[in-house]
Amino acid sequence: MRAEPAPSVSPDTASAADPRPAVSRRDFLKAGTTVGAGLTIAFYLPPAMVRRLARSPDPATLAPNGWVHIGADGVVTVTVDKSEMGQGVTTAYPMLVAEELEVDPATVRLADTPENPAAWVRRMGTGGSSSVRSSYDLLRKAGATGRLMLIAAAAGEWGVAPDACHADAGYVVHSASGRRLAYGALVAKAATLPVPSDPPLKRPEEFRVLGRRVPRRDTPLKVNGSARFGIDTRVPGMLYASIERAPAFGGTVRRVDDARARAMPGVRRVSVVDWSADESRAARAGAGVAVVADHYWQALTARRALTVDWAPGAGAPLETETLRERFAGLAQQPGVRARAVGDAAGALASAARTIEAVYEVPYLAHAPMEPMNCTAHVRPDGCDVWVSTQGQTAAQQVAAQVAGLRPEQVRVHTTYLGGGFGRRSETDFVAEAVRLSRETGAPVQVIWTREDDIRHDFYRPTTYNRFRAGLDANGVLSAWSHHIVGASISLSKHRELENGIDGSLVEGAANLPYAIPNILVEQTAVDLAIPCGYWRSVGSSHNAYVTECFFDEVAHAAAKDPYELRRGLLRDQPRHLGVLDEAAERAGWGKPLAAGRSRGIAVAEAFGSYVAEVAEISLTDDGKCRVHRVVCVVDCGPTVNPDTIEAQMQGGIVYGLSAALYGDITIDGGRVRQGNFNDYPVLRMNEMPHVEVFIRPSREKQGGIGEPGVPPIAPAVCNAILSATGSPVRRLPIVRSGKSGIAMK
Amino acid sequence: MSAFTVTVNGRAHAVDVAPDTPLLWVIRDHLDLTGTKFGCGMALCGACTVHLDGAPVRSCSVPIAAAAGKRVTTIEGLAGDVGHRLQEAWIAEEVPQCGYCQSGQIMSAAALLARTPRPTDADIDAALSGNICRCGTYQRIRRAIHRAARPEVSDAR
Repeated sequence: MRAEPAPSVSPDTASAADPRPAVSRRDFLKAGTTVGAGLTIAFYLPPAMVRRLARSPDPATLAPNGWVHIGADGVVTVTVDKSEMGQGVTTAYPMLVAEELEVDPATVRLADTPENPAAWVRRMGTGGSSSVRSSYDLLRKAGATGRLMLIAAAAGEWGVAPDACHADAGYVVHSASGRRLAYGALVAKAATLPVPSDPPLKRPEEFRVLGRRVPRRDTPLKVNGSARFGIDTRVPGMLYASIERAPAFGGTVRRVDDARARAMPGVRRVSVVDWSADESRAARAGAGVAVVADHYWQALTARRALTVDWAPGAGAPLETETLRERFAGLAQQPGVRARAVGDAAGALASAARTIEAVYEVPYLAHAPMEPMNCTAHVRPDGCDVWVSTQGQTAAQQVAAQVAGLRPEQVRVHTTYLGGGFGRRSETDFVAEAVRLSRETGAPVQVIWTREDDIRHDFYRPTTYNRFRAGLDANGVLSAWSHHIVGASISLSKHRELENGIDGSLVEGAANLPYAIPNILVEQTAVDLAIPCGYWRSVGSSHNAYVTECFFDEVAHAAAKDPYELRRGLLRDQPRHLGVLDEAAERAGWGKPLAAGRSRGIAVAEAFGSYVAEVAEISLTDDGKCRVHRVVCVVDCGPTVNPDTIEAQMQGGIVYGLSAALYGDITIDGGRVRQGNFNDYPVLRMNEMPHVEVFIRPSREKQGGIGEPGVPPIAPAVCNAILSATGSPVRRLPIVRSGKSGIAMK
Repeated sequence: MSAFTVTVNGRAHAVDVAPDTPLLWVIRDHLDLTGTKFGCGMALCGACTVHLDGAPVRSCSVPIAAAAGKRVTTIEGLAGDVGHRLQEAWIAEEVPQCGYCQSGQIMSAAALLARTPRPTDADIDAALSGNICRCGTYQRIRRAIHRAARPEVSDAR
């Protein structure tokens, strides 16, 4: 930590022009300098996610990338690199600072995300359910540092010892006399004082802010239409663009007849959008033909008047059914070992009984409510980009590459995100806007249609899972063999694997929590021309479904209660067991249900948090599944805003349930068949189950909250169907399995 | 291009656009009222819901020619007792997550309460099922509508 002058406009612009002095980590944590208009505590936040290819920063060059500023007016501003996409970071971060600084969280605001990611030590981005857990201690330490410095300033003023004073709601109070000074009156002096090297943090029982429901800062803006999303960006002289994209993956433009489009009102430019190999690698954008016009409707109308002759690309031969066959063949061959415990093959060979099954999941689109869009203005000396993004650094790099500028010449203006879910960590839409602005010389806003979004996403991978389990002579689960054949995010993004493994393909499967003496988890990662990306909860989104459903099949075969069988095999996993037991109890597991109802249970750890869900369902005569009630218990360690945790669990359940019931991206001639919410349906109000969320008090290691609600819902629902019908649901979505006959037992 | 006059939030505006231009894009691009959102373009998601002569419509699928001469109310113009009660209830129940769909949700809810001041759950299902929320705020939307309809009985959270 160090105190330093308040940044002039925003910290990044200051550091872009005037790079902050490099200091060693050791010095950095101790360094304390200077004065300014207010007290600024600077700190360093390490990279949050180390998924792969993450470069560890050189400790010799650590520069601050977070600031807490206390102004002379008492207003506290936190500047960090996070995007708000509904997960509540604009409320959670101020809460962390407010707790230790001893101020009302309502007086703390999160500043706009800094505009120059190039001056940032870590890659700017928001994802991996990481915002709070990566910053929990650091933001509190920043607050505590400020509190101690303000107390020291007041103590000096009064000529008393600092420990004769305490902080209270934005004031320093002399405990004996009751004299008080507002923080704002102390900041100038405090900024001249030494920075405490290791400020003590409060004990949880002293918390007054953390763990309490605090009103979200962004709610008022989101009930009157004033919150600005990327698509709401308005720049003087701005043009709008719509792009007709190659229908099959990898397709390119052979010839375009744009005579009609060019003659239409408002049309400024029609251009073929193609990419150099470097651009294509960085942005992963597809080819197309863009129409730029004065207004969006004009651009879209003219786009529809284009006649394009497409050259088929690498994706053209791909079909969902032939992919399934190919995956099935690969599943018969050995895969790369992701985890091996004991001797699964031997235990299977000697098992008294074996259970085999194949589970499949489809590709899924993200479909956030705000369609992809970006506004860019390229000038000879720089570029502005306004975008709802989860990845500012990537956006800046791609924009610089396409504009022919240096990264620091690109300013990335982060707006509210109309949903992220992983889709907005990509940069294809940024590349498009920058390119069209460069070509026209004007600010350009590219807006995707919903069909563009569904058909040109970075999909949740499709997987094919071959399971074998063995029961020994006593009916004990002695062997578990799971071969995952799947499309690979790592291959799609980076064209390579680390040690032959795509970690995101096996997460939630290789870490199977059950105490089974012989476990083999294998992986075959397949490189296809269908782009894949991170989809809320990533590998756990499919692996919790396949493993937890196959587990229930095993319980069924062993004539054991699936909850009781889990209990026994989770004996060494207290956090799994804790959420499982509480969910079972709260849902009334084992108690009678109304006629036609059944229950299913599932538990999963994802992103460091543990979640169990019990779904209560019924089946209609035509085989449709109706989910009535979901009990959800989460152990995420220390909590920040319980209301946000509850909201994220509710939201994760809806997101996962939409996918389980309906989500299905199918490929025909290398093209996605679906296009909008009519053929890619999602859960609606009339299908919403009653969701009850319970947060377990926990001082265990803190986990994330944005994603872990998703994984257990699909298996909980499918296990309820197994319970009702005796037939497992081995392929998602349920609605398709339903056509082949979900029937009551 | 043709000239149309449309009254939005009580103000008459003349716009010169193609007759098939959806009301949504007139509101957003020509009148610069960005609270009304684009989500699907096919009246499937409800993000673009506005009131046309008091009735909820999906503005992405109403050509300007069909809205000319009529009264349009957008989220920015939502006023009166029902509107304010809804917005307060939305805040009290902490409904929004990303918030993108919420203008449309609130406009649908306002139209519901205008004709059914004390809606049942079934009434809410019927009136709100055309509004998609990918963040999954449906349960809170339902609570907020009940709260707005019966402020005197709303429980403390």
